[in-house]
Amino acid sequence: MAENNVAAPVKRSLGGRLLIAVPYFWLFLFFLAPFLIVVKISLSQTAIAIPPYVPTFDLSEGWQAFSESFAEFSFENYVWLTEDALYWKSYLSSVSIAAVSTFLTLLIGYPIAYGMARSPQSWRPTLLMLVILPFWTSFLIRVYAWIGILKNEGLLNQLLLSLGLISEPLVILNTNAAVYVGIVYSYLPFLVLPLYASLERLDGTLLEAAEDLGCPAWKAFWKITVPLSLPGIIAGCFLVFIPAVGEFVIPDLLGGSNTLMIGKTLWVEFFNNRDWPVSSAVAVILLLILVIPIVLFQNQQQKMSEKDG
Amino acid sequence: MTVKTLLTGVAALSLLSGIANAQDRTVNVYNWSDYIDESILEDFTKETGIKVVYDVFDSNEVLETKLLAGGTGYDVVVPTGTFLSRQIQAGAFTELDKSKLSNLSNMWKDIEERVEKYDPGNAYSINYMWGTTGIGYNVEKVKEALGEDAPVDSWDLLFKPENIEKLKECGVFMLDAPTEMIPAALNYLGLDPDSKDRGEIEQAGELLKSIRPSIQKYHSSEYINALANGDICVAVGWSGDVLQARDRAAEADNGVTVEYVIPKEGAQMWFDQMAIPADAPNMEEAHEFLNYIMRPDVMAKASNYVYYANGNEASKELLNEDVIGDTAIYPDEETVSNLYTTTPYPPKVQRIVTRTWTSVKSGQ
Repeated sequence: MAENNVAAPVKRSLGGRLLIAVPYFWLFLFFLAPFLIVVKISLSQTAIAIPPYVPTFDLSEGWQAFSESFAEFSFENYVWLTEDALYWKSYLSSVSIAAVSTFLTLLIGYPIAYGMARSPQSWRPTLLMLVILPFWTSFLIRVYAWIGILKNEGLLNQLLLSLGLISEPLVILNTNAAVYVGIVYSYLPFLVLPLYASLERLDGTLLEAAEDLGCPAWKAFWKITVPLSLPGIIAGCFLVFIPAVGEFVIPDLLGGSNTLMIGKTLWVEFFNNRDWPVSSAVAVILLLILVIPIVLFQNQQQKMSEKDG
Repeated sequence: MTVKTLLTGVAALSLLSGIANAQDRTVNVYNWSDYIDESILEDFTKETGIKVVYDVFDSNEVLETKLLAGGTGYDVVVPTGTFLSRQIQAGAFTELDKSKLSNLSNMWKDIEERVEKYDPGNAYSINYMWGTTGIGYNVEKVKEALGEDAPVDSWDLLFKPENIEKLKECGVFMLDAPTEMIPAALNYLGLDPDSKDRGEIEQAGELLKSIRPSIQKYHSSEYINALANGDICVAVGWSGDVLQARDRAAEADNGVTVEYVIPKEGAQMWFDQMAIPADAPNMEEAHEFLNYIMRPDVMAKASNYVYYANGNEASKELLNEDVIGDTAIYPDEETVSNLYTTTPYPPKVQRIVTRTWTSVKSGQ
């Protein structure tokens, strides 16, 4: 009996510790390890070889050679990034395209989420379904569809021409405008869903109270609805902004020759230049740029859960 | 008990797949998009019992990145000469076992000699198709923009600002390939298209940058559809691709006429070579596939379908008249003497080339 009593807690705590170790193990395997590999490549040099950089760690040549290859690392590639204005311009332009797109998405997404949250209870599952529905089609196909809509002889121009609103077809495809359209369209659900979640939880009695006390509806909206839906706005905006900064497919398919985005710059370094080390360095810096908003996002989430708790 | 069951299951599975492998021999082919008559693959399977797993790419860069990462799982790949040369250097290919390639005797000696530049002794590759990089244009739209005497037989059409500015409205595409466009610009400037000189490459970059405002897009495959649909009026493109656009437009009967021209100042001649990756899982089948491709009737069928010239001399008499008789596909001697070839850039120069190209494309 006594033995059992002593043994049981020890056993549990060991099991508990193992249980805690599991998520850390996954975190290491899926996040930290790939990142460390990228960091390692970013410190290497290009070479005509398989894989196209040196040094490669090869334990078969013994521990000595393995540890010596550390000496070959250099920050040369990071220096190269600072020497060429292209990279900074790409980062800046990506951040600004992502920021403008996020703002536009919010302008369009907020009324959608608001409308959904104020709709009759019985409609909501259907409306929610409609927002999620596009995900059932390939992302690539949906972006391709925009080529058909936006091109010079496309649906949009034909419509505007037949309505007599324009006399010459508008050049939208292969410009930054098309990139904004693509990003706003593709990421709209990511903004609507968290926003809807926070608007739906909104306590309706607060608005009733405001009305009873003579507050006009628009003022009640700004004073009550918007502040209370702020966590949803922030979560939604980050879910749009973060992937949009690194977006490659949309600028590649819809953007033109002067659309400068870091995703494309990275692609060029990796594929056209075969410069894995420089493209890895670009990726590491991109990650650092993104870490700041991600940390802000985390803090916000934490505050929210503390509030809820 | 569960472990035991699992192990038995795994053993049984691996045994099964082992048997399956012995029965279905396969060859994994990675080729350019729209680059083969698919019935050739079906016929190959019928004749040899080897299943073809066919996959496509649209840029040498994508192929090269996969090859250099290693372990592609492909048995036959089709890089262009300049890329092949560097990949051989990196050790990406296995030397061909010529004793297994009895159809090598059908190959065209002239083409083999030109390929020596990339693959000495033709040790690692066989020629699949070759062609030129010229100008594809929409006949009606160019006439409309520039009048009857538009310089469609010259690079002036593209590199003279007064011409291209008028074409801007109807749309101009350019290949997204610095290894094509920088030599073309160098050649137009009267410099060596194969130049490795930084100053000259930057000069070519300046020329390309000067016409950038008139270029709607840099892309290496979209122009086929865009030309055929009449969405654009001029594209720098690969011969066979433009000719495919020409035929698609003719089939659609949409009032669009597409033509291909090798400009009189000269154009780049390139060679797409079939090679076997060093780590190909099915070496034997890969050789059988190459040997089958080198059969005159097979090669003729391929060229008749894709409108590219091939490196198989024996296939010439089996080609359709609209292929062998078309000087856009099989140029006459005089035109051929005007064609140039290029060699790969050393890594340091490559960086300058790519950087120049990025700055051309982005205008930065």
